[in-house]
Amino acid sequence: MENLITMFSDPAYWDSLSRIIPKALNETLYMVIVSTFLAYLLGIPMGVLLVITSDNHILPNPWIERILGTIINIFRSIPFIILIVALMPFTELVVGTYIGTKAAIVALVVSAAPFVARMVESSLKEVSAGVIEAALSMGASPWQIIRKVLLPEAKSSLVLGVAITTINIIAYTAMAGAVGGGGLGDVAIQYGYNRYRSDMMLITVFILVVIVQLIQWSGTTLAKKLFHR
Amino acid sequence: MIYINNLSKVFTTTKDSFTALEDINLHIPKGAIYGIIGLSGAGKSTLIRCMNMLENPSSGEIIIDGQNMTQLSGKELRKTRQSIGMIFQHFNLLESRTVSDNIVFPLEIAGWPKKKITQRVRELLPLVGLEERADAYPAQLSGGQKQRVGIARALATNPSVLLCDEATSALDPQTTVSILDLLKEINEKFNLTIVIITHEMKVIKEICTDVAVIDQAHIVEHGPVESVFINPQSGVAKEFISSVFPNQLPAQLLAELAQRPGSQIIAVHFLGTAASEPIISDLIRQCGVTVNILHGNIDRLRSTLFGTLTLELQGSPANLQEAREYLTSRNLTVEVIQ
Repeated sequence: MENLITMFSDPAYWDSLSRIIPKALNETLYMVIVSTFLAYLLGIPMGVLLVITSDNHILPNPWIERILGTIINIFRSIPFIILIVALMPFTELVVGTYIGTKAAIVALVVSAAPFVARMVESSLKEVSAGVIEAALSMGASPWQIIRKVLLPEAKSSLVLGVAITTINIIAYTAMAGAVGGGGLGDVAIQYGYNRYRSDMMLITVFILVVIVQLIQWSGTTLAKKLFHR
Repeated sequence: MIYINNLSKVFTTTKDSFTALEDINLHIPKGAIYGIIGLSGAGKSTLIRCMNMLENPSSGEIIIDGQNMTQLSGKELRKTRQSIGMIFQHFNLLESRTVSDNIVFPLEIAGWPKKKITQRVRELLPLVGLEERADAYPAQLSGGQKQRVGIARALATNPSVLLCDEATSALDPQTTVSILDLLKEINEKFNLTIVIITHEMKVIKEICTDVAVIDQAHIVEHGPVESVFINPQSGVAKEFISSVFPNQLPAQLLAELAQRPGSQIIAVHFLGTAASEPIISDLIRQCGVTVNILHGNIDRLRSTLFGTLTLELQGSPANLQEAREYLTSRNLTVEVIQ
């Protein structure tokens, strides 16, 4: 107890905290936002392709479906920490370095995009065959069906998927420390775990909990607003 | 208007094949309300879905407005589909769009300019009686209202044909009547050709001008509704008709009557004005038979009266013969039951 009081009354403690936490929070948010965005940029087309090439859909093509499905499964089965290391040459090619926040983003995107593809796939599969058939009967092209039927009709479910994906990526950023990506998770490991700084552990975990709650709450609220069934 | 020539559809899986339609030939004239009736599994849904190529026929051709549907390229087919409206049993509305945005949908697909779209929607909403619900979502509507949206949506691009796939099968009887009335109104107003797939004879009876009966992948009979109702040839057609005009006598009664000497049971079908003539008293007076009325009913077939009277006639064979000839001479259809 006395220890704590001395610690909290020491201005140097607050000084170090204010140097560590905001920076880490910044890194986490940066990694999460950018990699979620990029993962969706890649994942949506893959998810759409998986759905429309499936049996009895608008452009059935068992080969594309199978090959794409297999690639996605392979990437999803590689443990993230291994993926980070295995991707190093590729990462260097893309962002010019294999360490740091940017490098972590590459690994996060490569790992999250296949996951997003599956999330998008399952959301789009909820759109009833009848609605798609109605659109076909009106002369809609495949592209119009994707843009005007599949994606808008699955909006609510897609938004819930974004919340799940974002939260997953937050959890993964903790491992980004392995390549010097920084972030709150890294602080928790470096200070809280390696140096027995329970205070650091508590603060970072608390902030992460708040962020996760906030994301889930916004996702659920928005999804409810978009849901008209 | 619509010609279906030698149409067949076979579904093949790796294991076996199933013939859904075999050698279908139909002509659907412009402005007709053409009913296609069959039990589930008879192939009727496949037939209507072949008409706009939602299902690819295995062989044969479908010609709509002079266009051979089976020969069109993907792009041409999409363009042609814009002039063929379709409504569905489960409505198939876009859940994420409001009533008016659902009606906008086919117009967006057809690439209409915004201004024209707004104007068209303003015309369609009152036509289906949904001005008040323009901003509601499908989930907030009743089944009948949903189908009205479906109809407005199908009519948006001014099609020349409307395909109805079991459009009233998910609705209660009252709502069914109101939807059928709406279809009839549209048919008369725009001279729109309507093709209706159904398993309910009531639908045929209410609005169809022509009917085709489909059974086990074949059209077993077809023709103007009146002639099919008066003189059905196939067992399926007879069954369907007796579902709306029951005139089956109890077997026990038939057995009893069969014991009587010089007795014959006939069913007399009549249509239109014949219903209001004093035929029975003339029959008794002129043919020297006694008449026992067993069963009778009268109803509307579209807007004409249609009825059946089941009679027991007693007399000598010559008298009975004369009686049947007399009835036939009065333009009635006579069916000898036993």
